[in-house]
Amino acid sequence: MGNRMWSMGGEGGRDFESSVLPHLDAAYNLARWLMRDPTDADDILQEAVLRALTYYSSFRGDNARGWLLQIVRNTAYASMKLGRTLRTVPLATGDDATAAMPEPSDPGDDPERALLKARAHESVDRLLATLPAELREAIVLRELEELSYKEIAQITQAPIGTVMSRLWRARQLLAEAAQREAVP
Amino acid sequence: MIRSHDPGECEMTLLVQADFDGELDAAQAAALAAHRAECSICRAASESLERVRHALLEQAPYHRTPAALRARLAAQAGRPRAASAWAANWRRAAASFVAGGAIAAAVMLAIVPRGAPGLADQVFAGHLRALEPGHLEDVVSTDQHTVKPWFDGKLDFAPPVKNLAAEGFPLLGGRLDYLAGRRVAAMVYGRAKHVIDLYAWPEPGANAAPTVLERDGYTLIRWRQNGMALWAVSDVERSGLEDFVRRWHTAP
Repeated sequence: MGNRMWSMGGEGGRDFESSVLPHLDAAYNLARWLMRDPTDADDILQEAVLRALTYYSSFRGDNARGWLLQIVRNTAYASMKLGRTLRTVPLATGDDATAAMPEPSDPGDDPERALLKARAHESVDRLLATLPAELREAIVLRELEELSYKEIAQITQAPIGTVMSRLWRARQLLAEAAQREAVP
Repeated sequence: MIRSHDPGECEMTLLVQADFDGELDAAQAAALAAHRAECSICRAASESLERVRHALLEQAPYHRTPAALRARLAAQAGRPRAASAWAANWRRAAASFVAGGAIAAAVMLAIVPRGAPGLADQVFAGHLRALEPGHLEDVVSTDQHTVKPWFDGKLDFAPPVKNLAAEGFPLLGGRLDYLAGRRVAAMVYGRAKHVIDLYAWPEPGANAAPTVLERDGYTLIRWRQNGMALWAVSDVERSGLEDFVRRWHTAP
């Protein structure tokens, strides 16, 4: 699972508890923002840690956080993909109204612009929860986790240029709400 | 190389963003500062990036791991040690058992599966752990066509998922577990009010007949079928578990 990519020398011989478990909060935060549901995030984290345990013996890198976040991300995407195949009805609870995607307000608009229009009155955090997953993960890893472009690129398995444009698009979509809130 | 998102915007905006994110070296940053002094689009972009960051820091929560989940995961990470503590308890129990009834102990030792002394402990421990509330199934379904794809992508093998509802052993769901240093499939079957865990993982070798191990009211039956190690564990009476294994063995 991408072990070679995280191989930057060093950190050999440390055990799982001391090298991986300190990054549990980062892993949970990403799982929570990707899944948008506490129970789903629990499940993803549990499975990701299980995967990490399974593959830890072959992990030779020194960036255990990035390695764990990549596993969380892959686990979450696999789950979302499976969910799309299995679920015919979205599991939306009252608290989870943000999970529903807005109807495009204008067929001529691109989807992101449509989303922006539909969510014109949402607060920044609720708006963030409605962003497409690849924009959401980029902004969460950058702004909440304060990772570098290179780390985000590795975790999300995308070129750095793609990370930059995803961040830019995510921030554009959030900018209007941020401005609205900055002006009382 | 860098294109702006929108035509009509300045093509330097992605560099403004990279500067904002601390990704430019000193020379690049200085060049950009010179450009920004003359470009209102880039100055506006800087301010907008700052506002978004501020709003996110104010409003977007950083979700920390709930304590209960953290404790569960720490226990999971320490599982090999926990399993051997369990095994030590079993050795102690077996020792007193020998003192109390050498013949029974001899029988028990005789049916401990060869070559896998700690594994039976782990399977028993895994079954007991799974009986804790909420741990039994990760996917709840009575349909093997739901359970089977659920395992896809989670395992590097396809576990044989069979439904024996017609035989009185309905499939309740599936779960991932960690045994013998690898991830394994756990299929959960019901039998009246009892639960049967069936663990499966690839194991090369010829088909092997079932062997039985009993402990503290729990029964474990293991066998090998079509290159798959299969371990069934439950608190149903031994004859009931043997019935399950027989039916599973011959089911298509």
